Amino acid sequence: MEKHFTDSRVKGVSTGTTILAAVFDGGVVIGSDSRASIGGEYVSSKTINKVIQVHDRIFCCMAGSLADAQAVTKTAKFQLSFHSIQMESPPLVISAASVLKQLCYNNKEELQAGFITAGWDKKKGPQVYVVSLGGMMISQPVTIGGSGSTYIYGYVDAKYKVNMTREECLQFATNALALAMGRDNVSGGVANLVVITKEGVEHIVIPGDKLPRFSDE
Amino acid sequence: MLGEEAEPQWISEEVKTGTTIIAIEFNGGVVLGSDSRVSAGDSVVNRVMNKLSPLHDKIYCALSGSAADAQTIAEMVNYQLDVHSLEIDEDPQVRSAATLVKNISYKYKEELSAHLIVAGWDRRDGGQVFATLGGLLTRQPFAIGGSGSSYVYGFVDAEYRRGMTKEECQKFVVNTLALAMNRDGSSGGVAYIVTIDEHSTDEKVILGNDLPTFFDQ
Repeated sequence: MEKHFTDSRVKGVSTGTTILAAVFDGGVVIGSDSRASIGGEYVSSKTINKVIQVHDRIFCCMAGSLADAQAVTKTAKFQLSFHSIQMESPPLVISAASVLKQLCYNNKEELQAGFITAGWDKKKGPQVYVVSLGGMMISQPVTIGGSGSTYIYGYVDAKYKVNMTREECLQFATNALALAMGRDNVSGGVANLVVITKEGVEHIVIPGDKLPRFSDE
Repeated sequence: MLGEEAEPQWISEEVKTGTTIIAIEFNGGVVLGSDSRVSAGDSVVNRVMNKLSPLHDKIYCALSGSAADAQTIAEMVNYQLDVHSLEIDEDPQVRSAATLVKNISYKYKEELSAHLIVAGWDRRDGGQVFATLGGLLTRQPFAIGGSGSSYVYGFVDAEYRRGMTKEECQKFVVNTLALAMNRDGSSGGVAYIVTIDEHSTDEKVILGNDLPTFFDQ
């Protein structure tokens, strides 16, 4: 039986992941799993953080090649802080998403990463933007990404409601991540969630054994 | 030139049912459901195909994968079951039907690419659902299959509870089909539902605009 060594050497460490973000009444929840794998066979990290802060009230989640994603977010973070100094005000969420989009679109041949940007700003309140592989950027009330997201499209379509409360949205996000981690072998570990509102930012980490269980486990 | 080809795709592409199928057991019977789209490459060659095929009065199977392979297996098993039921002089068991399907799927697993879910009611064990993917035979409380099933794993994991009534099962099947049909390009059209219990075998069609809708529709 031939083993697929070439896959992992070409792709390097990939996040094979589940990421999501959802808008609720007054804020956003953005979250991800914490597994990094090589070629789908070896878990290189059980506790990697895929939710990156790019500004005070703006966070990003990355999917795809981990190296590409880290390089892009570092660049974006720098550009955004410079932009915010020039404008003398906190950046808009759409600005953060646009910076990522420019980087992804201009380097689309070399890069293999997609992003979800979520945050709060004074102009439009809570927002979620998704920048896909080729550099398309759109705004959505809820969005999911990564390999594990395939399994929860049905769940998210059925369960997401506009204007949920913070608790409802947290429960929704936790459930969605738990379901995806239960079906996708390259997603797992702990659930990292960040709640962003006008008042501030709250980090929540839910270890694997505290995640909700569903009937067949 | 853009859009021009030597011959249309549907002539050369294999006809696949690329589909969403589901079967679930309740106390006293089963409910089966499927979409109705048959595609050959990018073309939809049949938008109203019923993929729930009777193997016997109270045993149905749900077809997915290559349309030709799936239909042939169903017809062969239909014949074999007729002979078997004459030999034992009574209605066949669901397990027997599933075993016949499994035998063909396993023996010809390199040549065939179809997956059938077998479900029905018999006097001995009541309602039963069997999955036969790849030539295995396993009884499950519910089974999903086809290309659209990936998108609803999270939904069915979250929503399934033991001990649902017949009506709850029917609603579960319709919701699952609607969610999958919305996300999978190879599933769509109308939903076919078959409910089998001790007293009757009931076939129903739910037209596209009568399917449940979700927050973004």
